[in-house]
Formats: sequence, structure tokens, C-alpha cells
Amino acid sequence: MSANQATSDEVLIGRIAKGDRLAMQVLFARHHVRVYRFVLRLVGNPSVAEDLISDVFLDVWRQADRFEGRSAVSTWMLAIARFKALSALRKRPDEELDEETAEAIEDTSDNPEVALEKKDKSAVLRQCLQKLSPEHREIIDLVYYHEKSVEEVAEIVKIPENTVKTRMFYARKKLAELLQAAGVERGWP
Amino acid sequence: MTTISGKADDREEIEYLLPWHAAGTLSRRDAERVERALASDQELARRFELVREELAETIHLNESLGAPSSQALEKLFAAIDAEGATVRKPSFAFDLRTRMSEFFAAFAPRTLAYAGAAAALVILLQAGVIGSMLLKNETNYGVASVNPDKQGQAKVDSIDLYINFAPQATTDEVSKFLREHGGRIVEGPRGLATYTVRFAVTGVPKQELARLLKEMQENRNIVGSEFPVDTPPAPAAPAAPAGPSLK
Repeated sequence: MSANQATSDEVLIGRIAKGDRLAMQVLFARHHVRVYRFVLRLVGNPSVAEDLISDVFLDVWRQADRFEGRSAVSTWMLAIARFKALSALRKRPDEELDEETAEAIEDTSDNPEVALEKKDKSAVLRQCLQKLSPEHREIIDLVYYHEKSVEEVAEIVKIPENTVKTRMFYARKKLAELLQAAGVERGWP
Repeated sequence: MTTISGKADDREEIEYLLPWHAAGTLSRRDAERVERALASDQELARRFELVREELAETIHLNESLGAPSSQALEKLFAAIDAEGATVRKPSFAFDLRTRMSEFFAAFAPRTLAYAGAAAALVILLQAGVIGSMLLKNETNYGVASVNPDKQGQAKVDSIDLYINFAPQATTDEVSKFLREHGGRIVEGPRGLATYTVRFAVTGVPKQELARLLKEMQENRNIVGSEFPVDTPPAPAAPAAPAGPSLK
């Protein structure tokens, strides 16, 4: 995200704090897809994720007047989204979750072994990314897709910065193991 | 020995930073450190290429996840409408504070000193009056409005309660609960997740309060805890980043 957008997000939050619905609509339009994808990767169910993003933005509406600007608006929203997603996960029985998660995120592409036979290394990598634990998936998404710095990830996930670095390292290491099991040797770790 | 170990530590630290370097989210100083290391260490440069592959595929994977329907926006604004005039006191307070500062800045220091002394006297007098009134009246459990009936017994048309909603309660569930019990949020959240909720009632304060508290206790899946407004609210369960409490 550009510095201009970060600034303009803060301006929008200021307007939202005064009850400006149009500003809320603009902020929603700007961020809802990314927030949705972040939540979907955590809860694994599109309809649950869709419900949750309405809740996330409702909290933004309610709490805009207390936003202090110590972090980027998108970081603040992802922290709220993460809290909502984890609460939703705690509420649902494991069996139901696993089944729905599998259904929701099941890639229509080939499984790692078949993809490898077709020499589609990228597809194998994507398959293996989906097989990571939620904790590892979350940090990889935040760093690679949501472009969050070490400090921002620490704020969203509520862990120390050093833990952010080591968790990312172990997430990548696990990914390498999954790739190796699927027949992709990368020479690391 | 120390130098070798120091170099190893430094290399490890640089390797930890590779994902952020690939995503372009390192500070300029760290980015330059990583660049220097990559230029002089072929193995590190090879590993950086692996990181770039992971970055590309993570973006690809996320971009393939689609987007929510327009219902998400509709639901959001329906919820905002349902909240109605959930007032934005802090921003108003901020404006008021700014205006007050500007107003007082226009006066000379001596004028302000005289005005301050006069204001202190008025506040003291007010405190005395309010104190004596409080001593005469018994507590009315945060009653928003009291009307005596024909027999002279005080009746109320609303009661305020501090409420911490249960963390697992969804917005829909809370809205439904409030509708069914004639409640509406008039303030909050305060602290982590305490809302002031006004319930429409008709009756004697003590009885109505007892009925409301019983109803709250019977809905623990929605209401985590509740307190009459004259009771300091207990902190909500810690969990919410930036204080979200209602789902």
C-alpha cells in the first residue's frame, strides 16, 4: 500500500468517526476484498467469511473515533478481522470446520503429485501452501500477500517481533518439507 | 572465533529478513543490509530466489480466492442503520475541546485568572447543591426517566445497563436480542467492550431492574455480563484487538 493511500485511509477514518457513511463506503470498497481473503484463509468458509467482514467493518464504524493512527488502518482492520475469525473458529465444532474448510479451499487443480508429474511446480507450491497449518498460513499470507512489515505482523498476531521472524522461517521450512514430500527438492533447508 | 560466530548470526538474521525484502516491506537500512549480503553470498541469493517463488505463488493463491458478494456491504449498512444514532461523542468532544481551546486563547492571562477564580466558586456551590440532592434521594439504578403514577409510586419508562456481550455472539444475535427485549445501544463500547444499553420498561424501578437482570442471565450466550449503570463496569474478557467485542 502506498503512503498516500495510508494517509487517505486515516482521513477516511476521521470522517467515519464523524458519521460519514460515504467515507465508510469508500473504505469498504478499498479494503473489503483483502480483508475477506484474509478471513477466508483463516475460517475456510466463504459464507462465514462474508458475514465476518460485515462485522469487521461494523467495528470499524463503531470504533473509528478511537483510532489513534499508531498503525496503518489496514493493519488495524486485519487485527480486528483476525479476532473475529478466531472467535468464529472457536464457536464451530472441529468436524464441521474441517469438512467445510476442505470444501472451501480445495483447489480444483491437480494434487501435488499429479501436478508434479505434469511438471507444474507452481501448482505444487500452491497446493503445499494450502496444506500449511493455520498459524503458518496466516503469517505467510500477511507477509507475502498483505505486505505487512515485521512490526505490523507482530501487532496483528500479537506476538513479539522476533517470534514473527522465527515463525515465518519455520513456516517456510515446513513448506519446503511439504514440497520435498511432493517430490520437489529445493536444496533448502 | 567470535568473529565467525558473529558472521553466522548476522547471516541467519539476514536470512530471516528475506521474505520481507522480497515483499519490499523492510526499512531502507535493513534493505541495504540484505542487498549487500545478497551481492556477496551466492547461496543466500539462491535462497532469495526460493522466497520470490513463494511470494509469487502466495499472491496467485490469494488472488484466486474470489471476492465477497454485494450482500456484505448491504448487511453492513443495515447494521449501521439499525444502530441508528449511536452517538459519536468522542469526536464531538474533540471538536468541543478544540473550540474551547481557541476560545480561551483569545483572552488575556489576567482576564482568564479572574474567570478561573469565578468558575471555581461556581463549581464549589454546584457541588454543594448536588451533594445535598444525592443525600436526599436513594439510588435509582440508572433509571433514564421516572414518572410518578397516580398512587405516587415512581414508575420508569427506561432503564440503562452496562453490558458486555458474549464474545461468541454475532451482530445478528445481538440485534435480535435487543429488539426482543426493547433495548438499544446508547453508548459504547467503553474500555474493551462495555456498552450502555437502554431498555424500554413500564413499572417500578426495582422490579423492572430485577426482571431485566434475570432476562440477561437467561441469555448468557448473548450477554456475557451486565451491571446497573451506577455500578462500575467490570473489564470485558481480554481478547479484542483494538477493543472489538461485538461480532
